Amino acid sequence: MKNLSLKELNLGLSSKKFSSEELTRFFLNEIKTFNPKINAFITLDEEKSLQQARDADKRISQDNMNELTGIPIAQKDIFCAKGWKTTCGSKMLDNFYSPYDSKVIELFNQSGAVNLGKTNMDEFAMGSSNETSYYGKVRNPWNLDYVPGGSSGGSAAAVASGMAPAATATDTGGSIRQPASLCGLTGLKPTYGLVSRFGMIAFASSLDQAGPIAKSAEDCALMLKVMAAHDTRDSTSIKQNIPDYLKSLDNPIKGKTIGLPKEFFNDDLNQEVKIVLEQVIDSYQKMGVNFKEISLSNSHLSIPVYYVIAPAEASSNLSRYDGVKFGYRAKEFKDLEEMYLKTREQGFGEEVKRRILVGTYVLSAGYYDAYYLKAQKIRRLIADDFKNAFKECDLILAPSCPSTAFKIGDKTEDPVSMYMQDMYTISTNLAGLPAISSPAGFINKMPVGFQLIGNYFDEATILNFTHQYQRITDWHQKTPEAAV
Amino acid sequence: MSWDIVIGIETHVQLTTQTKIFSGAPTSFGMPANENACLVSLAYPGTLPVLNKEAVKKAIKFGLAVNADIAEHSVFARKNYFYPDLPKGYQISQFELPVVNNGFLTIGDNKKIRILRAHLEEDAGKSVHGILNNQTGIDLNRAGTPLLEIVTEPDMNSAQEAIAYAKKLHNLVQWIGVCDGNMQEGSFRCDVNVSVKPSGSDKLGTRREIKNLNSFRNMEQAINFEVNWQIEQLEDGNEIVQSTVLFNPDNGETRAMRSKEEANDYRYFPDPDLLPLKITQEDIDDIRLTLGQLPEESIKKLVEDFKLNDADASIITTNKQTYEFFQSLISEGLDPKITANWIVVNLFAKLNDNELSINQSPINKDQFVLLIRRIMDKTISNNAAKKIFDLLWDDPKVDVDQSIESLGLKQVSDASAILPLVQEVIAHNQAMVEQFKSGKDKAFNALVGQVMKLSKGKANPGQVSELLKGELDKV
Repeated sequence: MKNLSLKELNLGLSSKKFSSEELTRFFLNEIKTFNPKINAFITLDEEKSLQQARDADKRISQDNMNELTGIPIAQKDIFCAKGWKTTCGSKMLDNFYSPYDSKVIELFNQSGAVNLGKTNMDEFAMGSSNETSYYGKVRNPWNLDYVPGGSSGGSAAAVASGMAPAATATDTGGSIRQPASLCGLTGLKPTYGLVSRFGMIAFASSLDQAGPIAKSAEDCALMLKVMAAHDTRDSTSIKQNIPDYLKSLDNPIKGKTIGLPKEFFNDDLNQEVKIVLEQVIDSYQKMGVNFKEISLSNSHLSIPVYYVIAPAEASSNLSRYDGVKFGYRAKEFKDLEEMYLKTREQGFGEEVKRRILVGTYVLSAGYYDAYYLKAQKIRRLIADDFKNAFKECDLILAPSCPSTAFKIGDKTEDPVSMYMQDMYTISTNLAGLPAISSPAGFINKMPVGFQLIGNYFDEATILNFTHQYQRITDWHQKTPEAAV
Repeated sequence: MSWDIVIGIETHVQLTTQTKIFSGAPTSFGMPANENACLVSLAYPGTLPVLNKEAVKKAIKFGLAVNADIAEHSVFARKNYFYPDLPKGYQISQFELPVVNNGFLTIGDNKKIRILRAHLEEDAGKSVHGILNNQTGIDLNRAGTPLLEIVTEPDMNSAQEAIAYAKKLHNLVQWIGVCDGNMQEGSFRCDVNVSVKPSGSDKLGTRREIKNLNSFRNMEQAINFEVNWQIEQLEDGNEIVQSTVLFNPDNGETRAMRSKEEANDYRYFPDPDLLPLKITQEDIDDIRLTLGQLPEESIKKLVEDFKLNDADASIITTNKQTYEFFQSLISEGLDPKITANWIVVNLFAKLNDNELSINQSPINKDQFVLLIRRIMDKTISNNAAKKIFDLLWDDPKVDVDQSIESLGLKQVSDASAILPLVQEVIAHNQAMVEQFKSGKDKAFNALVGQVMKLSKGKANPGQVSELLKGELDKV
């Protein structure tokens, strides 16, 4: 059961080769074996998972199943799930049991999927290495001394180590694609507004978007089919016909055009990564895809713009954690102000505090125009660059990350070098575009991915191209058995 | 030295929607603490705001009623500050681009008070002090209630003008059905900005803002106290420091809040959870159709259609209920002038004495109609009618016709019955007749009074005058 695709699991369940309960017990066992080393899960609740599995088995016996019925899915601990501890990787929410389901959880429940457990993550999704979690760092299944990436490091590590068939994740600046790249997985960040943010704990509202991390484009297509839905409870959710992403996986790609942004393929690009990307280009060319140089001339401003806008929104989004209504409250305080100060001082970790400070600063009177307003203007320019680029190509190919996974502790003292992890992913969040990271090979035995960026709501084309690449390569099928 | 007073007002008007501005929680007043606090009201992690379109419609309706521009594009912004009754740590409001701009209201003798803007925002909850071992509790029932904050230019120059504006606004928002106007429950609260400057000076003085005035009486007292205090300070050579002050109704004084309480940089920025608010001309046209006749037009109609004087017309349009009550009486075929007079003089006197609104009037409408009819058909005199009105006030079951009978108030309009009384009065009051003959008009009134007295008040005074004139001519 360990390395089966979602489709194969579905087939196994529908043909009664195994039950959902057996499948769920299998993965819970894998978690018992491997999680102590990898630390991919924050919360497990066997009873709840098994109950869902038994419910799914009932559905299956009644022939009332769809693609994900009975399949255990690991859920990033950013999604509120009724009755589950939902921490967002923070001490601030260590005692928080959600009284409601997020839209994403609701959709998985409706489809009959089993919630396998809540995965570890950087605190409030702030980080690129999963080292900022209150629940400890997550280790990369390919080499336990290395980070799995972040913020969805738990989700990526869980899938890469075979503890879960697939997982949900979220991406604000690269938090799906970077861990997918570092763990040898396929991770899709959809168009902003495709997946509801209702019940997904906010980091930076205008950038946050949920998506899947899985073993293949096909698995991502299946996951996205469940996750994408219009939701009136999220005002930024966009009403959109959701295509059957599975049906278009085998669409012909011959004669289509992929753009190569000259700003990404310059001297700054890591030589080893460049070689891998050249092989990817070669594979696509063999399938009859044309390549064309394009320009994203403002992309070098993405990181500074992001580190104004995201912290600004975060500083406001995180104001609700004040010890008054839920979550952590300092034990001792002499007055209201001290309750606020101690609660937030003790409840938040370093990186979260750093971003709250930055965000508060850039929104302050006298700085707003110079930072926040200017960043918003540049954000528009970055989006315009893509808009123009898509007049010339169907998709854009880019590196996913500057390098493969780095060693735990290597960047914790240098936040800016950590922030640079997202240099190739952030511009799509700023523009709201969909993008995927797919495995493309290894550098020194560590996986590396490439990124395909699509036009708005064109997830179908992204998945189509990725699937075609994965048909002629087997990077996505490699598993880190040796490391685990 | 003489001083000019300059006043601007910000009013928080609670919009009468069934549910909160950004969630489906009810807005009902007086519920047990936190009964109306849903997960959005409590700012639970992951919850998101969804705009209530009813609140937007009411804001547009108000904008149209004050001849304002309705913004095609307006933006919700976050106002960030920490307070326990502000569950998200920010209030969703509108900052740079409000939904309503550049309107006005007129007060008194056609003085225009410009309305700079009106914007939508959510209300905060309430801190309840001193419960459970002297701790402070938080009640979030009110958190998220829709508010329209209406901001004037500093166009008022006295407490009287400020009150006139506030009353006019208070009437208008109820008239068009966007606010229940209940000041005790906080549905209509005013912050008043007051400054003074040397008479005629172009330069505005430094203002102080009196927060949260929830009655017109408090507003008047607070402004007067504040104006005197500021003038005193300036005359003593002190400077006014811009600040926020609270009014204490117990001693009638204003007091500045501690600077810490107001030292806030709100860090406004557009709320990324809400899309910009787009309003089309079509939306505006649809809402315009629901606006109905406004108080100003109603005054005009009363003057033109029923020949009422301006003063009576203004009083009848003090609120929509009174206006509608008047209209319903007229539709029964009553004389507009007599009816207006009865509402303005008698009904309002009683209501004011008892501190009741027209909705709380105990008067039975059918009997009130009958009473005015009896005045019109001369069955009773105006004075007799007042006696019956008093009875009606105390007991709505009183029957007008029966009371006229049982109290013997029926007016005598029969000349053959009145003439002997007139003749008797002339015969017995020769001195007064002489005075009248020598040109003293007052004597005539005295003679009328005598006849009325003799008739025990039942004679029709008009007829008495007529007959008396005729008889005196013969003398």
